[in-house]
Amino acid sequence: MTLLLALITGLFYAAGIYLILRRSLVKVIFGIMFLGHAANMLIFSTGRLTKGAPAFVPAGAQALVEPFADPLPQALILTAIVIGFGLQAFAIVLFRRSFEELGTDDVDAMRTTDCIEGGDA
Amino acid sequence: MKLLLVLPILLPLVTALVMLPFREHPGVQRGLALGASLAQAAVAVALLARVYAGGILTLQAGGWAAPFGITLVADLLSAVMVAATALIGLTTSIYSLGSIDRERERFFFHPLMQLLLVGINGAFLTGDLFNLYVWFEVMLISSFVLLALGGTPRQLEGSVKYVTINLLSSAIFLSAVGILYGVAGTLNMADLSARLPMIEQRNLLSVVAVLLLVTFGVKAAIFPLFFWLPASYHTPPVAVSAIFAGLLTKVGVYAIMRVFTTVFTGAESEAIFRILLWVAPLTMIVGVLGAAAQYDLRKLLSFHIVSQIGYMLFAIAIQSPLAIAGGLFYIVHNIVAKTSLFYISGIIREKSGAFQLKKIGGLYSTEPLLAALFLVSALALAGIPPLSGFWAKLMVIRAGLESGHYFVTAAALTVSLLTLFSMIKIWNEAFWKDDPGVVSATEEVHGNGRTALLYLPVVMLCGVILFFGLSFEPVYELSARAAAQLLDVGSYRNAVLRGGGL
Repeated sequence: MTLLLALITGLFYAAGIYLILRRSLVKVIFGIMFLGHAANMLIFSTGRLTKGAPAFVPAGAQALVEPFADPLPQALILTAIVIGFGLQAFAIVLFRRSFEELGTDDVDAMRTTDCIEGGDA
Repeated sequence: MKLLLVLPILLPLVTALVMLPFREHPGVQRGLALGASLAQAAVAVALLARVYAGGILTLQAGGWAAPFGITLVADLLSAVMVAATALIGLTTSIYSLGSIDRERERFFFHPLMQLLLVGINGAFLTGDLFNLYVWFEVMLISSFVLLALGGTPRQLEGSVKYVTINLLSSAIFLSAVGILYGVAGTLNMADLSARLPMIEQRNLLSVVAVLLLVTFGVKAAIFPLFFWLPASYHTPPVAVSAIFAGLLTKVGVYAIMRVFTTVFTGAESEAIFRILLWVAPLTMIVGVLGAAAQYDLRKLLSFHIVSQIGYMLFAIAIQSPLAIAGGLFYIVHNIVAKTSLFYISGIIREKSGAFQLKKIGGLYSTEPLLAALFLVSALALAGIPPLSGFWAKLMVIRAGLESGHYFVTAAALTVSLLTLFSMIKIWNEAFWKDDPGVVSATEEVHGNGRTALLYLPVVMLCGVILFFGLSFEPVYELSARAAAQLLDVGSYRNAVLRGGGL
């Protein structure tokens, strides 16, 4: 199970980095999403994976008994998912708007702000 | 007293929320923005005085003891950064009153500015690595919207680049935090610094250290991760450019300083400092050479941000008490001088109609006050005595010579000269030569009151530059104490882990 998760996480990182290097903004946004999910799954796996062992302290005990999955990474992921969702939603709107304004979704064509004679605002 | 620690975050947050219903009442929003910035300045001064007199201040939110709860910490470094943020927040809110158009105000310019300050102050005050990530995101999302607000094609193009690189760096940061939690089982900075020396998986720690360096390096615009900065910072309105230029990259520098002196203390941070000793001169040189080629005023200044970051990295990499004190003072000096120069670029645009140096001229005869203010800020940036930049560079360069880094010190001195060259180029083109008469000045629809609102923040910041330069003794004292405190990791650890709850 852990091996499977590790493979999927690696695959997500690879896919994310590949897509973010593409010229089309649509692929870039998919790449950003993949990278976000890859990071989330990486954190998830650091808390260990257990089956049918909720993280409750049993009656009479002072601490969790083995086997248990650390619940803190899961809480961290919740925060990260919410933040990531907001940022990705913003990025989608921004990319759509810039496609409308600039008339292109090709990253290579967006170089006016990089040129020395970059126009005047 | 502990309330002082939350106020720099709470005050702008509440202000932003209160502003939201007043979308159609820009007057109310402006008043609130100004009032909140003034209150913020008072809070920051009180916090700095309290930390200076009483040592490190900590707060465990919700009363959960240190490694488990949400920790806020203010040592002198954090308090100084919060004070600098408050100063820039105040001047920017004055400047934006005179320069931000009605349409942007309707689309929540003022609340967004406050939320940006929430994120920045949070990043300076947090004592937990995951919370640092969260505050970075708060800062980023506000900066994304501020950058794109208005939706001109250039702004959108700049935003696409800025947003993409920052989302990538957030994913890297999150991955680093995940691995670090897996290895250490905690994300509290004080707790981490106590536990990391005992951890056996050193190679994983090295991975985390490098990932964090890349993340903060993107934010701080270090070589070779800086290309997004000159591609985006010259596109939004000047008030936005100025606050970004002054504060955002310095949050990255602060994070490098904090993480590699407080959290990582062993072989990992030494390896990072060795990398920084190479990165620092390259950042200085590439930045200043990039600036030499530019004729757009704000792009030229943007490349100088990159170049100046190199000096701060150099100071961090040396790690002697003098170097850290110099680096800290350099950050504060640069925040003030750089923001002032961006404000001035806005006034130049207002008075002559363009940011392109080739199209403008003759401002020395028409705007003598502006010329004087420009000279103060520009010569401070280049490091001419008796202005603040001279002392900042003196400290860093002296520390560099004492620690035997002659090559990097030579690079720093050369880059100083090239900075002066760039500043003289602006002086010659914008102030000295005759107006070529290509563009006409923008119509002064708002009258003189508006111009005064643009000049006031510049006068304030130039006053600060002169104060730093002329009465350097107390400033040096403060920086030296802040550096000593930062290097004394044990006292930080004690203050956080043994400090009481709310």
